[in-house]
Amino acid sequence: MSFSISLSVNGVTREVALDDPRVTLLDLLRERLHLTGSKKGCDRGQCGACTVLLDGRRVNACLALAVACDGAEVVTIEGLAAQDPSGADGLHPVQAAFIAHDGFQCGFCTPGQIMSAVGLIREGQAGDDPERVREGMSGNLCRCGAYAGITEAVLEAQRVLTAGDAGHEQEDAA
Amino acid sequence: MKRFDYVRPATVAEAVAAAAEPGAAYLAGGTNLLDLMKSGAAAPGRLVDVSRLPGLDRIEELPDGGLRIGALVRNADLAHDSDFARRFPAIAEALLSGASAQLRNAATVGGNLLQRTRCAWFADPASACNRRAPGSGCDARGGDSRQQAVLGWNEACVATHPSDFCVPLAALDAVVEIEGRAGRRAVAFEDFHRLPGQTPERETTLAQGELVVALRLPAGAEAFSANARYLKVRERTSFAFAVVSAAAALRLEGGRIAEARLALGGVAAKPWRCPEAEALLAGRPPGPEAFRQAAEAALAEARAPGDNAFKIELARRTAARALTLALAGTPARVPALPASPFAPVPGALVHA
Repeated sequence: MSFSISLSVNGVTREVALDDPRVTLLDLLRERLHLTGSKKGCDRGQCGACTVLLDGRRVNACLALAVACDGAEVVTIEGLAAQDPSGADGLHPVQAAFIAHDGFQCGFCTPGQIMSAVGLIREGQAGDDPERVREGMSGNLCRCGAYAGITEAVLEAQRVLTAGDAGHEQEDAA
Repeated sequence: MKRFDYVRPATVAEAVAAAAEPGAAYLAGGTNLLDLMKSGAAAPGRLVDVSRLPGLDRIEELPDGGLRIGALVRNADLAHDSDFARRFPAIAEALLSGASAQLRNAATVGGNLLQRTRCAWFADPASACNRRAPGSGCDARGGDSRQQAVLGWNEACVATHPSDFCVPLAALDAVVEIEGRAGRRAVAFEDFHRLPGQTPERETTLAQGELVVALRLPAGAEAFSANARYLKVRERTSFAFAVVSAAAALRLEGGRIAEARLALGGVAAKPWRCPEAEALLAGRPPGPEAFRQAAEAALAEARAPGDNAFKIELARRTAARALTLALAGTPARVPALPASPFAPVPGALVHA
């Protein structure tokens, strides 16, 4: 059985013929579309390195079947800056904040951390409470232990994104 | 992962028909099923994708004052629905204490009820497990028993049900709506999950092909909203399954407990309702003595299959503390660390 799916990845419509329904969204991105920014850490939904935005919400790409994502809109770390290049050096404000606050060391978990942070800010539940940010980011492990910088980066990015312009979030979510 | 057929029916009737044969499994959020398929602990021959079935993603008021939650409502959406969280705060807190934000965005209400035990021997196809492979034995016996049951277990199986969400659902008399080839039926939450008995592989009342379509909360469940909490003891502050948890809810009248609800998680193969404790609390003035006696009653039948006798006293203390928290009143907002014993004050910093 083969499946033909169509999905938007970073704003580009991709038609993919799948010869096997076992392909996860993560493997589709990495192996078939050559978008290797989303990382395969545990492949079991425990580390968060594969976090992407699926129809605007952060999810673990390793636990989604590609075939079940037919018609979906996916944003990965590769497409993030194009959505909002208002940060330093044309980066997305969350990317810029991670650099400014040393929110990483080896960098392996970073794409997942950043995508998760974008999702967290959109969810709008954390406010300026660092404890709520830490709790909201607990699905992303960092074995280098850069958590202090990550929390600062998320808080600053959130300040920038929510203060920047009122229409920004809506536009971002569209 | 075993290869499987993938079908995406357009209606509930088509889905039920497509899943009629043994070996078929429903796919919704997939957060537990895909994980088990990767390890080989689950190996369905057919996946019936129900994630887009129409009409199952709504939260609806019922004419009798109850609430109906579609099986495809995502955990995060339910927990963050402000009206729902106000009316059923212990359920919202339990939802937010489970898994991670990413998983809660994908996981569904129906799937949460049907998630499988996190017993390590169940997840490992190389181990004997009566739940996964009936009659093969139980390699969990003699192993690390921290996550094992202390209530309702037997020689065949010592696994625990891992859900947080299901614990307050059990306490609040939820009802599960099920669609099958013979039509629709409604099952009391208490009767939905099964203890192992001699058939640990049969975890719920569902027959092959039956589909959970909704969950109902009765009108009376809302009466506990002012004094309802969920408390969860786990190995780390966030993103871990319960070692022991408790949902406690009180309806107070004139300084006495008019009605109490108590259920425990992490202690049995099903969410464990504690009717003896509830009966003991009814009509009494609330306080440490009553709560401790209720906790004793709740664990009266407990026994440890391994080195996990500590869970019995831990469960007593967790139950008593959940009741104490409920008495103190539902916080205006779910605490920063939901259900955490380390966050007695909403918004307080644990890690300075």
